Amino acid sequence: MQPPPHDISAQIARMVRADWGRILAALVKSLGDFALAEDSLQDAALEAMAAWAERGLPDAPDAWLITVARRKALDRLRRDANFARKSAEIAYLQELEVQADPADAMEQIPDKRLELIFTCCHPAIEEKSRIALTLRALGGLGTDEIAAAFLDKPETMAARLTRAKTKIKAAGIPFVVPGADELGARLDAVLRVIYLVFNEGYRATSGQDLMRADLIAEATRLARVLRTLMPKSEQVAGLLALILLHDSRRFARLDAQGGLVPLREQNRARWDKSKIREGRALVKEALQSGPPSPFALQAAISALHAESPGWNETDWPQIVALYDALWQLEPTSVVRVNQAVALSFAKDADTALAFLTRHVDPREVAPYQPYHVALSDLLLRAGQRAAARAALAKAVELTHQPEERAYLLAQAPRYRDA
Amino acid sequence: MQYMLMIYSEEGKGPQPGTDEWGPFMKGYMDFTKKVQDDGVHVAGDALQPAATATTVSVRNGKTHTTDGPFAETKEVLGGYYLLDCENLDAALAYAAMIPTADHGRIEVRPVVVWE
Repeated sequence: MQPPPHDISAQIARMVRADWGRILAALVKSLGDFALAEDSLQDAALEAMAAWAERGLPDAPDAWLITVARRKALDRLRRDANFARKSAEIAYLQELEVQADPADAMEQIPDKRLELIFTCCHPAIEEKSRIALTLRALGGLGTDEIAAAFLDKPETMAARLTRAKTKIKAAGIPFVVPGADELGARLDAVLRVIYLVFNEGYRATSGQDLMRADLIAEATRLARVLRTLMPKSEQVAGLLALILLHDSRRFARLDAQGGLVPLREQNRARWDKSKIREGRALVKEALQSGPPSPFALQAAISALHAESPGWNETDWPQIVALYDALWQLEPTSVVRVNQAVALSFAKDADTALAFLTRHVDPREVAPYQPYHVALSDLLLRAGQRAAARAALAKAVELTHQPEERAYLLAQAPRYRDA
Repeated sequence: MQYMLMIYSEEGKGPQPGTDEWGPFMKGYMDFTKKVQDDGVHVAGDALQPAATATTVSVRNGKTHTTDGPFAETKEVLGGYYLLDCENLDAALAYAAMIPTADHGRIEVRPVVVWE
């Protein structure tokens, strides 16, 4: 039976996307021009859509794409008004075309995705543009898809991407992996971009939102690519572990009606065992190789939850200690609030409230919704019902996500005077 | 590729002439200038007189307007520049971070247009 045309185009789109980052990286490397490389690959992808739907998939789709993309680049350069100045690039491309045997085109090209990631996440590019550029260049996501994920208009996102690509070229952002003295800071920026992509997908609770699920998949894929390219980096292992461990709870976070289920009430049988297994192994590795990064510590906390058969059996003292280590690296109130919650289960609610008073400035955390959620629960457990109700009301006021708001409102009866 | 490294700082902030910090600060500039010259990237570089010496000129409808002071009333003013010929932005940013004023002011790095 002939599959419907829609399936073929979806299959082609998947294949093109799977190879996108690697092919684009190779093209940027050989053309020395990010925008030209991307435009040419886009041309090739469009041609692939038409040709493959008609004649079927070639033996080596990746080699087909890069060969066609090079030809498209040549066409574009020839059309260019400044033909004379581009003669070096044209000669190079023509040489490639003559010797091109599509079958080994991919084997000849080295993997330049690491250079591509560091270029897209360069600190000279605005952070939101780094995220968009990374999703576009490494993930092969379309401008429309990226715009939808960030609730932007497609035109706005397209303009943002164009601005970023123009800056890469005009400001001379190099296509290189930073040297040892720069690598630490630059890797932080890369990891942050991947984490933000994940968070954008994870924060949205509606399971039907396919695009958001895609962002989680994309962040996981990017972290895996980075892990392959930098297998010795403890920070990379920590980030991948954090993503896998958080994501292992994806299907337990929502009830049948799409309502939010907090960690404490989740059905642990619905946690993804294979993600937990992989995440735990990575945490172990990350913690063994030198001083742990913030990602590794957060992953370690997540792993302790994943390992525990239930909420009450959780190793809370260890989680308190890990938050303390995290606070040494990131001295923020957010860390302290989370630590107070862990402390309330390691000891009791009164101890946790005293800890909050000592370590958190209420004015600073006033606009921070999770603080009021945590505070209301601690006060309730400490028997201070009136204050607990006030904190819950404040938490509801600061909650804009419908599912979370519904969850908090459903808690209200517990806060009434006994 | 040529990059203009524009040195901005608040006047009166940072080391001042006649203080103990001034000598090492100026030596920092001499060392930096020597370094970019030795590295073969130096094209030009100058320090500017204070913003109080600035005069702003504009021509509207054929009429020249001359006003006292810099065109924008900002706390941080342009105090000098280096024009460097670097391989790429990363190299230019690395030099920018070595400019002594970077530790209390800001260095804006802009690529220079190459006319085709």
